[in-house]
Amino acid sequence: MSTVRSFLRGAVPPAVMVVLLVAAWQVCIWAFRPSAYLVPAPMDVVRAAGEMRAPLAGAAWMTGTSAAIGFAIAAGAGVLAGSVLAAVPFLMRGLYPIATLLQMVPLVAIAPLLVIWCGYGPRTAVASAAIVSVFPVLAATLDGMRGTDRGLVELFGTLRAGRVQRWWKLELPWAIPSIVTGLRVAAGLSVIGAIVGEFVGAFAGDESPVGILILSAMRENRTDLVFAAVAVAAIVGFVLFGLVSLGGWLLLRRWHASAA
Amino acid sequence: MGAAISAVGVSRAFEDGSVALDGVSLDVAPGSVAVLVGPSGCGKTTLLRMIAGLDRPTRGTVTVDGAGAGDADGGPAAVAIAFQEPRLLPWRSTVRNVALPLELHGVPRRERLARAREMLGLVGLADAHRKLPGQLSGGMRMRAAIARALVTRPRVLLLDEPFGALDEITRHVLDDLVLAIRSELSMTVVLVTHSIAEAAYLGDRIFVMAPAPGRVVRTVEPGFAARGPALRASVPYASLMADLLQSLGTAMASSGGGRAA
Repeated sequence: MSTVRSFLRGAVPPAVMVVLLVAAWQVCIWAFRPSAYLVPAPMDVVRAAGEMRAPLAGAAWMTGTSAAIGFAIAAGAGVLAGSVLAAVPFLMRGLYPIATLLQMVPLVAIAPLLVIWCGYGPRTAVASAAIVSVFPVLAATLDGMRGTDRGLVELFGTLRAGRVQRWWKLELPWAIPSIVTGLRVAAGLSVIGAIVGEFVGAFAGDESPVGILILSAMRENRTDLVFAAVAVAAIVGFVLFGLVSLGGWLLLRRWHASAA
Repeated sequence: MGAAISAVGVSRAFEDGSVALDGVSLDVAPGSVAVLVGPSGCGKTTLLRMIAGLDRPTRGTVTVDGAGAGDADGGPAAVAIAFQEPRLLPWRSTVRNVALPLELHGVPRRERLARAREMLGLVGLADAHRKLPGQLSGGMRMRAAIARALVTRPRVLLLDEPFGALDEITRHVLDDLVLAIRSELSMTVVLVTHSIAEAAYLGDRIFVMAPAPGRVVRTVEPGFAARGPALRASVPYASLMADLLQSLGTAMASSGGGRAA
């Protein structure tokens, strides 16, 4: 009962806000009558989504898959790199500033390079998703591990634990709350990365990803379809974020305050 | 049988010039309870850490059964330490926390859990083995930490002010637990405390320490035949406490008024 109640307490306010915002949007359409080319009415978007549901579903699947693979690569690489940097202070001092600097390079600026390296197709979207989401995981892992309780590190010393044992049984579990936060950020970014990758490196075929669907709808002046595709992209990001949050909750619910 | 511990002319100076210990010598008989009592900054924890091999003297030697403290020969099981805080892993059940030292040394899962449960029984936590540390009271967490220290069957158990954060009643119960464990597992116990009452109750040999620089100013052997509530209410026990308090007061006065290091 309390689970249902807490779910409702979490779900009802955003649902109400969505309904209110869509209603306000419709009211603005009635009041200001903008051209459908500029801002379509909510019902037009819903209609376009209904007509194009098969291509939109296919696009969601393709972009979602690219984002998820890129996210998984970023998660693995980020945790591994963060662990290595946390373990070797020299590497951390040398590489962390460089990683921070690289993070500042806009993804759209390097996206054409990814096309050169990965070719046209989903691999560019995957690479783009991985690159944009790896840094938050790395930074969160590094932060989490460096914050390992000194007393517990000393305990492992008195128990003569090996370096790998200390990492696997102490530092990694200790860092999980922080890593989960990094993964949540990365989940949202991975969808952005995938779509940027698709903008520069995907092509229209029997099935097109969200990025291509947005570009072709824009060229055909189908603003309603652009809106529908953007909504699909948001849903893909939301699902990925939700899955990561659920995974984090399952890992932490028994012992960490953040999952209470 | 517990191990004998010996410190000869032990000094510990730090790079900033401060001296934590200056020429400390002491002997602890196998199977006895030794207590290091003194105010903050008297070096009692430093000395305990040396016995555990976590720190090394700048001069002098510390030996456990004749071997240098912290030497690999002594083996990880020879000396175990329980700290001021329980230091349990919050994501592990109590029994898996207690089994940790065995796990780190490759003891098979079934065997290490059985041994951990046995130790939990010994410290009175048999029913709590599945609980997470967050679900235990402060006293129960400390019992779990002691069980973890005992699980390798060490010959020396070092306790660094383990009950400092607990209420008086729980402290009394855990004091008796320490004595019971010492008899059951026949080990040498070295306890660091700033509580004169605890020192007087537990110590077969009590080393009164003073700060600036850290040193042993007096060694007392109370020679009580039995411990229990009756001892806590007895005149000899009260006299011993007054005696220890006076020794500490004299030592503090000679150290410059008890400034904490």
